[in-house]
Amino acid sequence: MQIPATSSQPFLLKLQASSRRFFHWLTKPHVVLALIMLGLMAIMVVNPLYQLVETTFTWQPVDTSRIPGAVEGEFTLFHWIRMSTGIFGRIYTYNPLMHSMTIAMGTVVFALMIGGSLAWLVVRTDMPGRKLVTSLAVLPYIMPSWTLAQAWLVLFKNRTVGGAPGMIESILGVSPPDWLSYGPVPIIICCALHYYTFFFLFVSAALMSIDSSLEEAGELMGADRWRILRKITLPLVLPALLSGFIMTFSKVMGTFGGPNILGSPVRYYVVATMIRGSLAAGDKADAFVLAIVLIMFSMVTISLNQRLTGTRRSYETIGGRGFVSNPSKLRNMKKVLFVVVISFQLMVLVVPLGLLIYDTFLLRTGDYSLSNLTLQNWIGQPNPLYNDGEPGVLLNPKIYKTAWNSIRLALYTSFFTAMLGVLLGYSIVKGRGTRLAKLVDQLAYIPYVIPGIAFGAVYIAMFAKKIGPLPSLYGTFALLVIVSVAKHLPYSSRSGVSAMMQVGHELEEAAQVSGASVWQRFKRVIFPLTMSGFISGFLLTFITTMRELSLIILLVTRDTQLLASLTMRYIEAGRDQMGNIVVLILIIITIIGNAIISRFSGGSLKKGLGM
Amino acid sequence: METTIRINNLTKKFGKVFALDHVSLDIEPETFVTLLGPSGCGKTTLLRCVAGLEDPDGGEIYIGNKLVFSYDKGISLASSKRDLGLVFQNYALWPHMKVDKNITFALEIQKMPKAEMEKRVKESLKEVQMEGFEDRYPREMSGGQQQRIALARMLAYRPKVFLMDEPLSNLDARLRMDMRTELKRLHHLSGATTIYVTHDQVEALTMSTIIAIMKGGVVQQFDTPDRVYHFPASLFVADFIGNPKVNLLDGVVSGNNSVDLGNFKITVNTGNANGSVVVGIRPEDIAIFSEPLPGAVEFSAYSVLPSGADSTIIARLGEMELTVRVMGISKIQMDDRIWLKFNPETLNLYDKTSGNLIAPNN
Repeated sequence: MQIPATSSQPFLLKLQASSRRFFHWLTKPHVVLALIMLGLMAIMVVNPLYQLVETTFTWQPVDTSRIPGAVEGEFTLFHWIRMSTGIFGRIYTYNPLMHSMTIAMGTVVFALMIGGSLAWLVVRTDMPGRKLVTSLAVLPYIMPSWTLAQAWLVLFKNRTVGGAPGMIESILGVSPPDWLSYGPVPIIICCALHYYTFFFLFVSAALMSIDSSLEEAGELMGADRWRILRKITLPLVLPALLSGFIMTFSKVMGTFGGPNILGSPVRYYVVATMIRGSLAAGDKADAFVLAIVLIMFSMVTISLNQRLTGTRRSYETIGGRGFVSNPSKLRNMKKVLFVVVISFQLMVLVVPLGLLIYDTFLLRTGDYSLSNLTLQNWIGQPNPLYNDGEPGVLLNPKIYKTAWNSIRLALYTSFFTAMLGVLLGYSIVKGRGTRLAKLVDQLAYIPYVIPGIAFGAVYIAMFAKKIGPLPSLYGTFALLVIVSVAKHLPYSSRSGVSAMMQVGHELEEAAQVSGASVWQRFKRVIFPLTMSGFISGFLLTFITTMRELSLIILLVTRDTQLLASLTMRYIEAGRDQMGNIVVLILIIITIIGNAIISRFSGGSLKKGLGM
Repeated sequence: METTIRINNLTKKFGKVFALDHVSLDIEPETFVTLLGPSGCGKTTLLRCVAGLEDPDGGEIYIGNKLVFSYDKGISLASSKRDLGLVFQNYALWPHMKVDKNITFALEIQKMPKAEMEKRVKESLKEVQMEGFEDRYPREMSGGQQQRIALARMLAYRPKVFLMDEPLSNLDARLRMDMRTELKRLHHLSGATTIYVTHDQVEALTMSTIIAIMKGGVVQQFDTPDRVYHFPASLFVADFIGNPKVNLLDGVVSGNNSVDLGNFKITVNTGNANGSVVVGIRPEDIAIFSEPLPGAVEFSAYSVLPSGADSTIIARLGEMELTVRVMGISKIQMDDRIWLKFNPETLNLYDKTSGNLIAPNN
């Protein structure tokens, strides 16, 4: 059939017009950025997750030799059934899950008690030295989470698992009971003393935003202090408490370092250590089933958190700013409490570090006599009698290389994370209300619900083989950067969005109307104005990446060894002194990095946490 | 500068709501057009569409002879290519740049020579009476000063069209009065075609050459301040413009040039109208007497509210209540008997159902 030329004309014009309109939409900076971000996230988050799930539903190469009828690559429910039933399910799934939950619960309760009461003392009372307490309270967070576990081992190690005894046994001659040396009790204590910082920051921010007239109103009506605390203060900080609760709970659920040091020697496995064990045993699909279980757990707790702290119960803006805050009078308890608090903080900071340092000067593990003191571990020449013939760390090129790897990784990750933060923030805030922006926002949030160890597993699933033009990235340094950046996506988008929110959209529009191109707008208006957000994001990421273990433990190889994973290797090999030295180096680098960056920026850890 | 702005059938939807519903405006060169209306009427959206900051869902915009937007042709020129300047409600000065950098931003983009730029900075600061503020950061100035700098920033690159989005709404009453004077003066000197958005009717009446009154994304009336005030095209416009508010009385056409208001009949040019109508009477168009007069209707003074330059009297007759405005301090006391007289020349008659003006009285 022939179409008359006259009628095809308007159709062509229409087509041209709508394609122009589409192009116009497509070339808007926030749309372009959103699409790029979507692409990135598809590769970094969505696809790995898909691969993870797919692996658990297909026969793996290892299965074909063991299970009759297994065909590699075919669909099967075998792994799910095996991991959820019978003795296999109990040992590999249910027990570790119970252990993880026990530890998470215990940690949260302890951390809440410590962090919450510290926050109350600092914000709400006239206790002296509150500034000092605040700065000391943030310090444990800079140390890797398993540092305390290492120190614990120095002190309480017993001969149950063989090897050299700890300090207590050597000096007192009494072997500490197993429950004190290994297992849930020490793990909970060590985790709680690390994570109480979270509660401290959350609760003190919440307490600071409460107008004390709310409490005074209660006091005028004749309520005593305990009643006010219970009926007024507590309900007001409840959302903050819950958030801290959930965050800590899901972090501890996936934590690897502490349980690996204090649990694995006595076969007290948690999900994270079990995932690594299964992977090491070659049961990839089983490990991934556990990873999915962990992810689902985390999803449930986090959505629970959002439901509980939803808009109805959000008091955060109550009272606004610029209100009166009258501290409670502690009277004669003032000095006592101060001494108690400071000695507690010093004890959990100075004692563990002291123990670790002391331990590094021991020639033979577990011999605490003066004659055993040495600098061999630090500056010794290679000697086949000690340290498997490795030289002291300061002369050891392997250590330098590992440290450099860690620093490089932290720098790259911080840079890309902060950069992505600005770009994500821009595309989300500018496109607010559009479906595209919402999608970007939601996708960027996904890594938040994936615990570190599971995220590592996800990356093994995907990058062990080549995808399209990308070569297999397993064993490369680039993979570590990618996984670290991906894991930080939620934080970068959150800090990017809040940084962008502070830059009113008129500021960019004013530049737009003045004739500025997209690039000029970014260079001269958006980047300068989001700089402080960029830097505090950078700082926080630097610290968390330096001491990240669960995320990368499954992905490092000999060439891409990092300080954190090297520590684990040494401890697992029974070379505690070396492990302790490496973790000390890690802490020192973190502190120096922190100091340098905060000097340049004035950004602070608290700011980076979004407080 | 001879710049017209032509807007044809401009439509913009947010979800299913029409923010602009087939808006058409023809703006002559050198006009000061005010977009006036309650919040949510689409006035800011219209301004942002002209500025190129929103993408309309239909229609065309011409600035001068240049087609800057056409939905049907798929054309949408970037803001930077439309040769216009915009002053924002919250000033939108870049907080990390000093005043001079704020002003030279656009000039640097145009790659203007340095000496020329410095001259422009001086000139534009002088125009807004802010000489010597080059080295201040925005946060080191008061709101009024910031607004002046925002204005200077726009003046410096001499756009053909000025767009202003409620620029005075964040200022206090006194400053607002001063700035109105200055803005009107600036427009008078520059002659740039200006579109000015406000929800303040006094601002609209005092400054504009033309007012576009908007409601629900539709332009209700596009006319001079004088005509908008005296001959509102609809009940909405009549009610929106004027303080104290216009008296709107329900009635029925009862004969040639007569409307029955219930208590009394009023003489008004009824044209071809019949049936239910509404009579609009401005409070200052009612004459008030303290003794009977032929043709005057007796009311009682329900309340008397003097305010210095004038007094507002609330008059009642049965259920009917009228607002009357007289100059100076009124001697009438509350509950006095008063007689009101209406001038047929000043009354407007509206159709009860459509709300449209039926018979202009001139």
